Formats: sequence, C-alpha cells, structure tokens
Amino acid sequence: MTTELFIQYLVAGITYGSIYAIVAIGFNIIYNTTGIINFAQGEFVMLGGMLSITFLQYLPLPPAIFLAVLVTMGIGALIEMLFIRWLQNPGILRMIIITIGVSILIREAALHVWGSDVRSLPYFFGNEISSIAISGARVSPQVLWVVGTCGLMVVALNIFFQATSIGREMRACAANRIAAVLCGIDTRNMVTLSFVLSAGIGALAGAVMSPITYTQYDIGTGLAIKGFTVAILGGLGNSLGAVAGGLLLGVIEAFSVSVVPLAFQDAIAIAILLVILFVRPHGLFGSSAMAGLKEF
Amino acid sequence: MTILQVEQLGKRFGGLQAVDDVSFSLRQGAIKAVIGPNGAGKTTLFNLIAGMLEPTTGEISFQGKAIQGMRPFRVAGLGIARTFQNIKMFAGMTALENVMVGRHVRSKAGFLASMFRTSGCRREEKAIRVKSLEFLDFLGIADCADTLATNLAFGQQRAVELARALALEPALLLLDEPAAGLNIYETAEIGRLIVRIRELGITVLLVEHDMSLVMDISDEIVVLSFGRKIAEDIPTVVQRDPEVIKVYLGE
Repeated sequence: MTTELFIQYLVAGITYGSIYAIVAIGFNIIYNTTGIINFAQGEFVMLGGMLSITFLQYLPLPPAIFLAVLVTMGIGALIEMLFIRWLQNPGILRMIIITIGVSILIREAALHVWGSDVRSLPYFFGNEISSIAISGARVSPQVLWVVGTCGLMVVALNIFFQATSIGREMRACAANRIAAVLCGIDTRNMVTLSFVLSAGIGALAGAVMSPITYTQYDIGTGLAIKGFTVAILGGLGNSLGAVAGGLLLGVIEAFSVSVVPLAFQDAIAIAILLVILFVRPHGLFGSSAMAGLKEF
Repeated sequence: MTILQVEQLGKRFGGLQAVDDVSFSLRQGAIKAVIGPNGAGKTTLFNLIAGMLEPTTGEISFQGKAIQGMRPFRVAGLGIARTFQNIKMFAGMTALENVMVGRHVRSKAGFLASMFRTSGCRREEKAIRVKSLEFLDFLGIADCADTLATNLAFGQQRAVELARALALEPALLLLDEPAAGLNIYETAEIGRLIVRIRELGITVLLVEHDMSLVMDISDEIVVLSFGRKIAEDIPTVVQRDPEVIKVYLGE
C-alpha cells in the first residue's frame, strides 16, 4: 500500500469514525440518564440532514442547519414527553421497544414527506471535485468540516457536563437518581434534556456529513447499528470511550476495503459487535465490575 | 412553633400495615428521634415524609402546608433534606461536586444561561462553589473536596452526604441512622455535629439504633413498634416506660 493510499483510507476512516462517535455519544447521554438505549438515535441524524436540505430552499446554509438542529431537538423533546415521560415505573425492555417503534414511525413519516430519493446538502466550501492535499493524499474539505464539528461537539459536551450546574445535575441524576431527586432535582426534566441534547448533536452531525455520505429516509437504521457497536465498544455510558471506539471502527472499516469487497463493510461492524458482546460486553475501556452494577 | 405535624399516618403494603395510625409533632429547632425494633416502620415513616411513598391514610403538614403524596423533588424544594442509612453518593463526582448538586434548589440559572456561560451564571456557579466548600469545612472535610466521593473512607462519605443535605439549607433534616457503621469515637463526633446543626436553626428528625447517642442528643423520642406509636416523651421518661422496655428487652 502506498503512503498516499494509506492516508486516504485513514482520513476516510476518521471521517466516518467521528460520525459513529457522535451517534454513540447520543446513545450514551440518554443511556446515562434513563438506562435505556434509544434506537431512534439514527433517525435524529437523518432528520438533521433532511430538514437542513429542505430549509436550504428558503434560507442560506448556516441558518438552515441551525433551524434543522433546533427542530430536531424539539422532536427529541416531543418523543420523550409523548412516549417516555408518563410511563409509571417502565421496564427497561419496554422502553427500548418503544424507541424501536418510534424509530419506525419517524422513518415512515420521513418516507412520506421526502420520498425515497437520495439527497444531500451542497459542499460547505468548494464542490465534489475540490480537494486539499494531506501528505500527498487528496481529501475533500468537507472531511475537515465533519471531523472539526464532531470534535467541537465532544469538547463542548465535556465542558457542559463538567463545568455547568445543569451538566453536573445530569451526571448526578445518572449516578444516583434517588439521591438526585432528594436534592430537589426533577429528574424527568433531566431525561427530557438528555433527549434534546442527543437529538441536537445527532442532527448537527447529520447535516455536516450529508454532502459526503448523502441522506435518505432510512439511513438511521444503519447508523444506529454502527453507533450501538461503538457505544458497546467504548463501554456504554463512556463518552470518551465512544470517541476512541468510533475512530477505531471507522478506521477498521476503511482499511477493510483493501482486503474484502466494499459490500462486506457493514458485516465487519456487525462482526465486531458480536465479538465484543461475546468477549468483553463491558467494552474495551469499561470494567466488568462496574458493568455488573448496571441494570442493562 | 410546630414545623412538622404528622396526623394519623398509615401506610399499608398489601397485607402489611407498615405504619399504623401514627401521630406526632415536631417543634421548630428540636432534635427528635424515632426509635423502635427492626421492622417497626421507621424508614417507611421517613419515606412518607420525604415524599418517596404516598400514605394510605393520614396527613403530613410541613410549615402548615400539606405535603403528603407530594413528589419528592418538590418536598426537597420546600426545605426537607434527608440522608440515608446506606450512603448514596454520586459516583464519578468529587466530594465538592456532590455538595454542589445539593445547592440545586438554591440556584436558579436556566438552561440557556448555563449553555452560554453568561456572567450572572458564572457568578452564581462561583457562589455555589464557595458555599459548598463552607459546608464541607463545617463538617471538617474541606481537605477532601477534590477527591472522588466514592474513594473516601466510610465516615467521610457520611460527612459528604450530610454536607450535601445541608447545602439545600433545609428547615428540616431527616437523618436515617447517621451512626450506622461508625465506631464509638465517630458516633460521638456525629452526635456533636447534629447538635451543631441544630444550632444553625435546623430542626432534626433522626432514626437511630445507637441508644446512647439518641439519649444524649434528643429533646424528645417517639417509639414505634409494629408500625404503631407506643410512646412519645423526653429521653429520661421513655427510658423508664414499661412498654418500651418490654418491646426492647422482651417480657
């Protein structure tokens, strides 16, 4: 393999990997506050892309994306308030099945609204053929947008959880819900907020990746599977683990193309998921003792 | 002045009457203990007052306001804090952060202000930090502020939990077996602390098994047995009550 080709694969891997990481972090945020896996996470990414494309007909690009993110956040809040909030002591399994139902609902609604066409946002700078050179390899400037935006989101989320009172209260709610309630925190609002945050980061990732990966009504399922693999890989609930896991899966997928046919790319993600679930169900960076304390 | 009034309170779990027709009142600024053998309904009583359980019958009024069946985060917002027999720390957070969460009901920064780190919000965050450190200092564990709470010694974790409850600036503090798992020395220390907490103007209701601690610090004692109140008086009288002696020592 030439150096150029190596870098080409590496950059592609990092690009897809950072998208997987964002989906996985979306899983983690909701998992941490509720203990459930929200399988509609991939749909948030699809909505971010689709809504941006629609709003672009009436608005310039930045406000179109901004509005799409806001609307998706609203949809996230709505999902929580309609389907999760009023449940009395719901079982984990019941809530997970609800999120699968919601994901089907959103997908079908998207099919009705946007049809089954493959769409995409225009490149933020330049076009399909413009490229920049990195050590001899040619990559699209959009790649930098994807990686940069995902990186910024990770940093911003970290600041939010570590240095703001609401972030701290969300962590408290995740660590011990009863103690959080007795500190006067309305944990239901924290759950809503976790859906809003997850929807927001998913939608933003969906918008910036759209020019490279394209957007279709049913891309959510595939992304949810990849994101879930990454979340498990990094250890459920561990956001930095998700970043590492995302990049790892992205790079493995990219390099696998040089060994096996492209069509097997998804099979590789599923194979990794199965291996991890069999061998280290608590993830590469989690500890089995901690995992034993969790409900799911 | 009465701060807490419990009126004919009852809680039934299926066939078990855990709390049965219990009435008592709590004077502002007092330290009152609830004692009784295991399964007497002490913790259930606490859970009813804190809003974690809804009573089957009866009423609870706090500062003249009916609070039975109110959601627990609202009860906390009114100024009732509680600690647990089994310490409930926020894992993955430092001692200081644990206490800072306790300031929740005393802070008001909204989500947007928090996200954009407005100057008002930053000032409030700083005030929360300073105030929380004061509470840690009050309990003598300020030097543990930046240690992960779950890495602290058992006695220190109990102090952090107490600091977190105090951070709420409650009018009423419910302590569920504050001396459980502590040695004689630490128990005496927690006794002195509870008296100092009362000096801050906080009314204390505690469940405790350590009789020397209870007799030492309480102004009044309520004795429960099988969910019913069998005695209520000052420590020296309760100690000599024949029915209390019967319940504790057998016939």
